[in-house]
Amino acid sequence: MSTDRGRIRITGFDADRVESREPLSDWTETRDTGTEGRWVRAWREFRRNRSAMLGLYIVIVMSLLALFARPITIAGVTVQPFSLAPYDPGAILYAQGLDVSAYEAPSLAHPFGTDGSARDVFSRVLYGGRFSLSIGFIVVLVTAAIGLVYGAIAGYYGGWVDETLMRILDLIFAFPGLLLALIIVAVLGKGYWELVLAFTAIGWAGYARLIRGEILKVKENEYVLAAKALGARDRRIIFRHVVPNAIAPLVVQASLSIGTVVIGVAALGFLGLGLPPSSAEWGTMLDQTRQTIVQGPGGSIPWWVTVFPGGAIFLFVMSMNLIGDGINDALDAQEGEDVARGGEV
Amino acid sequence: MSLRRFIAVRVAATVPILFGVSVLTFALVHLTPGDPIDQMVALNPQISAAEEAAIRARYGLDGPVWQQYLTWMGNVLQGDLGTVISVDQPVLPYIMARLPETIALGLFGWAIALLIAIPAGIYAAVNKDTLGDDLSRVFALSGISLPNFWLGLMLILVFALWLDLWPVLAPDKPLLSADMLWYLVLPGVTIGTASSATLMRVMRSSMAEELNKEYVTAARAKGLPERTVVLKHVLRNSLISVTTIAAFLTASIFAGAVVVEQVFAWPGLGRAFVGAIVGREVDLIMAITLFTGVTIILANLLADIMYAVLDPRIRYD
Repeated sequence: MSTDRGRIRITGFDADRVESREPLSDWTETRDTGTEGRWVRAWREFRRNRSAMLGLYIVIVMSLLALFARPITIAGVTVQPFSLAPYDPGAILYAQGLDVSAYEAPSLAHPFGTDGSARDVFSRVLYGGRFSLSIGFIVVLVTAAIGLVYGAIAGYYGGWVDETLMRILDLIFAFPGLLLALIIVAVLGKGYWELVLAFTAIGWAGYARLIRGEILKVKENEYVLAAKALGARDRRIIFRHVVPNAIAPLVVQASLSIGTVVIGVAALGFLGLGLPPSSAEWGTMLDQTRQTIVQGPGGSIPWWVTVFPGGAIFLFVMSMNLIGDGINDALDAQEGEDVARGGEV
Repeated sequence: MSLRRFIAVRVAATVPILFGVSVLTFALVHLTPGDPIDQMVALNPQISAAEEAAIRARYGLDGPVWQQYLTWMGNVLQGDLGTVISVDQPVLPYIMARLPETIALGLFGWAIALLIAIPAGIYAAVNKDTLGDDLSRVFALSGISLPNFWLGLMLILVFALWLDLWPVLAPDKPLLSADMLWYLVLPGVTIGTASSATLMRVMRSSMAEELNKEYVTAARAKGLPERTVVLKHVLRNSLISVTTIAAFLTASIFAGAVVVEQVFAWPGLGRAFVGAIVGREVDLIMAITLFTGVTIILANLLADIMYAVLDPRIRYD
């Protein structure tokens, strides 16, 4: 066969055969989804993972419950009028003329019972999600962003820049996580943004180290050299060409560490160093119940004040971990068969 | 590079890190308004300004921060870690009295973690995708998702209060008595569960990876019993990746002690640290932070050495 193209005779190529070519591989039209991005593909993979989807649903439901627990008012304007929680989380119910005493067992009126100050535990658990969940998400976003920039700079420039930045990281890693958070909270005092800052200060280092390692691998690629040869600036090369190719493990790490942050926040609350003692944060609620459990309020044991707030933490963290594992598998599957087989067999 | 030289280099590299940790901690603690002297003055309003200054001078809490740091550093280099002001006791004996408690708790937690994780990991890898494997995965996932303080409270609730198998509070007995070791089971399980779950996951995946390698086929082909293949050949190689994680977990067990000791009212270093934070005991905070820093660094070093012992292919250069 041959085709005439101008004066050049091309042999060994048959244009018709391209159209109706026989499948040499298992390549099919359905397998090739054209220009579909890898995140779209990852999402498709993720959706097939039932346990990860279960985790996602639980997280969404818990977030909505926390959001709609009590009305939200910003500068006098009610932006969220719904109130799923039957009582004000801080209200001491007998002080409001209700026939409720401290440590009432769960009943229809109070599904999670009441605590030592006759507050409705169900309302408190719903509302408490606001603290843990929002701190978890904020901290992970901020730390991932800081770690990304820090690690990218260290990895891309290398040399003394890398050396200096990495020694600073060693410093952070020499503290066991919670110890540094405790010291920082001691310095700043209790409060919401103080907790955010404390967990940001200890959290970014892990991302920085991870991204640096990825950048070191990615920057060896020819397309980086090509971008340099075309005169692209460092900033453009880093954030346009290198980072997007190194970001998958960061996403996995971030999804897995939301749970860690939530547990950390609750742990500080439990130690009495988180939020003010009366706030409905899950860990802070457990701090107050420890005394009653160990000493006993006399008579029956108020198990509900321990089981429900802690159960909420556990449920949320577990769901986040399910999601994290799902993302990991979804992104891993794209790395090609070999890599997938090398990891979890 | 020989192993000895490698260790020497690594130990030398820890000095600037520890120096940095001490500067950072010192600066942070001194940024805080209020120290134990302020609390003392608040409780005894008759202390005059002159007396307050004298007390400050006695504990080295006067002068600019950098000067205080240099004084502290000079004392530390001479083996004087400072004073726990609220009880007017030197830091070193104060720590030494609490250290065995924390070590006992940590070792117990470690033992429980290893006892569960290694066999369960081996079992899950060998019987992949069976019911047992699935159960082990559920256990691992729950284990890393459980907040240790809540687990501790639940264990107290169920086993100490409802089933009455354990005393709620630690018996007032010496650390190595039978009563005490029995009491340690609950805190030990509490502190070991998360580590055990992580270890098990690592054990399972590294074991599964090793089982697919050619030397396993070779060992099977030459007729070795499956038991020998798994426990002698595969296990040894899988343990390499477990050791790194194990070193990392030592740090997390130590951090866990801060919370778990609070749950069980255990008189260890972790509880002392929380007390030091609340009471602004600078010298005590510094000493415990540096102590844990050294522990973490040593654990990492140990992991690298174990690497070399377990896998002679690893070279240091």
